[in-house]
Amino acid sequence: MKKHVLGAIVLTVGLGNLAVAQAQGRDNVSIVGSSTVYPFATVVAERFGRSTDFKAPKIESTGSGGGLKLFCKGLGANTPDITNSSRRIKKSEYDQCQENGVTDVVEVLVGFDGIAIANSRQAPQLTLSLQDLYLALAKDVPGPDGKLIPNPNKTWKDINPALPASTIEVLGPPPTSGTRDAFAELALGGGAQAIPALKSLRELGADQVDEIKAAVAALGIPEGFYQSYSQSSGKAPKGKDIFKAIAYSVREDGAYIEAGENDNLIVQKLEANPNALGIFGFSFLDENGDKVQGSLINGVEPSFDSIADGDYPVSRPLYFYIKSAHVGRIPGIREYAIEFASDRAMGEDGYLTERGLIPLDEVELKQVQADVASLKRLEM
Amino acid sequence: MSKDAFKNTELIQASLKKRYARERRFQLFGKLAVLLGFVFLFILLFDIVSKGTPAFTQKQLQIAVDFDPDKLGVDASASAEQLRQANFNAVIKSSLRDMFPEVTSRGDKKRLYRLVSIGAEYALRDRVIEDPSLIGQRKDFWLLAHSEAAGYLKGQISRELPEVERKVKDIQMDWLDQLRDKGLTKSSFNTLFFLEGDSREPELAGIRAALQGSFFTLVVTFLLAFPIGVFAAVYLEEFAPRNRITDLIEININNLAAVPSIVFGLLGLAVFINFFELPRSAPLVGGIVLSLMTLPTIIITSRASIQAVSPSIREAALGVGASKIQTVFHHVLPVAMPGILTGSIIGMAQALGESAPLLMIGMVAFIMEVPGGVTDPSTVLPVQIFLWADSPERGFTEKTSAAIMVLMGFLIVMNALAIYLRRRFEVK
Repeated sequence: MKKHVLGAIVLTVGLGNLAVAQAQGRDNVSIVGSSTVYPFATVVAERFGRSTDFKAPKIESTGSGGGLKLFCKGLGANTPDITNSSRRIKKSEYDQCQENGVTDVVEVLVGFDGIAIANSRQAPQLTLSLQDLYLALAKDVPGPDGKLIPNPNKTWKDINPALPASTIEVLGPPPTSGTRDAFAELALGGGAQAIPALKSLRELGADQVDEIKAAVAALGIPEGFYQSYSQSSGKAPKGKDIFKAIAYSVREDGAYIEAGENDNLIVQKLEANPNALGIFGFSFLDENGDKVQGSLINGVEPSFDSIADGDYPVSRPLYFYIKSAHVGRIPGIREYAIEFASDRAMGEDGYLTERGLIPLDEVELKQVQADVASLKRLEM
Repeated sequence: MSKDAFKNTELIQASLKKRYARERRFQLFGKLAVLLGFVFLFILLFDIVSKGTPAFTQKQLQIAVDFDPDKLGVDASASAEQLRQANFNAVIKSSLRDMFPEVTSRGDKKRLYRLVSIGAEYALRDRVIEDPSLIGQRKDFWLLAHSEAAGYLKGQISRELPEVERKVKDIQMDWLDQLRDKGLTKSSFNTLFFLEGDSREPELAGIRAALQGSFFTLVVTFLLAFPIGVFAAVYLEEFAPRNRITDLIEININNLAAVPSIVFGLLGLAVFINFFELPRSAPLVGGIVLSLMTLPTIIITSRASIQAVSPSIREAALGVGASKIQTVFHHVLPVAMPGILTGSIIGMAQALGESAPLLMIGMVAFIMEVPGGVTDPSTVLPVQIFLWADSPERGFTEKTSAAIMVLMGFLIVMNALAIYLRRRFEVK
């Protein structure tokens, strides 16, 4: 009998506790999103928590797409206040937000991150072009007659006689990762543009149906592809859409190895296998300079300066998005965002640049700070 | 006949050697298997312990801190609130410059400031808030070293590596050598590791928040899984009729024990967070999910130990007029208790080491604050290990291994407790 009473007490106290917590909402900012922005956001959160009276925000690393999905689910204490993203919000995601009542979204551009293509220091440093990367890693590449064939390249030498005769083995993140999206867009997409047939396809508009069809036929893609693409997307595709479908797909025959979201693991695997290359964020290259070296891409070495200047071709912007409706309801959102955008964090000498974030230039930074202060609504 | 018998003996004699050899071979394989297991275990433990041990010491640097009111931006009459806003960073920077006046270039200054942890700023702030009379004074303080500097002092970074390949530069090594020669560096036990929550600075990161999160999660798990599991086992074993339905239930419980744990996480996300709208990242939801996961273990072991209770005890109790429920609660359960407790503790140990289901319900997160209750956002020990293993800063390598050591320590304690309880309460 005693046991029953005890159980009942525990249950009531538990439920009561819960009810109170729910009624109060949250007193800490809840942040989700990109694993690339995570190392920067957590540093800001920590400083913010230590130097103010607000509680330190809670940050989950869900990936850019996963974060935006949670963020756009609606309003209320059970949804995140801020989501980090290593790419810009898509129109479809923005519409989803609007539909679910998340009408006022503030976009904050944080800075840039480079994607390093690195190998072990025991092996010689490689000099690659974007075209080399495309030919090494795309699922289909143009064959001798200009038609697309499944990627036949086995060694780096097959692509470019100047490269070593080692097998193509690249460790990289899985499709859920923003790093992978950005790599496909910047490296594979960039490399594909070096091929004239693909470049001209990319420049065709949605109204140039016949030209697109001709270009698609020249690439040896069955006619049905255009039809099924326009049906599934519900509108006439642009040349660029077809280009993306061709160029952004990564080969699946074992040359590209999905190594999970853990970039440290990729670094360790590169150490063990000097023949392999790895794809990860610049901050990991920066921290592990004694173990791995970044390959030169189009002749540019990944470095702080080359990424900030925009010389290094595989770099991308990082963002976070604020749910304006939560500002004022949940304490600390605006203050956290201001701290993030401040000179001492995001500025040229800020503590985030020490962590490997590539800062904005002064004019852009001032603009971002003004937008954060006024919570400027994002229109799309 | 006798000839045949003789032949048989001869045959047996001849094969005997072979049979002995076979047995010796078999024993050898067995020994090799055990040895191999031990070798792997030893390598694993050696790797973790050798990597993790340095995390239990912290390095401090003695710096003469000059609490110059001009640099702080406040004077001795300032309120606590003003003191909180005071610029302690500037004070540390200028004190470091005073110690190494030869440093002039911008890059070198930055490297100099990197010797001291950012935590030092907050430590000094707390000291001054406690004792505002420090303002205007100059006093020696032991300040926490940055993880990179500490790495050099602990001998983890070698000067032999080319300078571009390491984070600690030659000039920083020279400064640290100078400080060490003057006796201005010291090692002490890393209390922060046990008292602080997570941090992005390896030298400040601690496991307290994760430990407390694990504690709250396990409390919820135990409060739900233990009573439900034991009562389910008692009912199924002592009261339920044997028929198709109970057979079906039994099969399902056994199957449930083999379900991958991530599935329970998905269930938790769909049911408790999306439908019941319980808070994300809370030990409450984590505990519920883990209790679903440990329930089958508890039910199965409890049933086994109830089954093992000698029927004569039941019959004797019923014989002297006890009711069925009295028999069960006064006689059967106490005898079965050691087994039940062992099973429950092993189930709990499993829950303590689990991280996959918690991924789905948002407990894989950066959380600095130590949780104060079951609805506060929190993380758990295995997740903390995962997060540290994923951090780019080199200093987290040792933290990861140290956290694994703590987790293993708890698992050993729990398993030892299970063994002790079994011995202690076993009725001979």
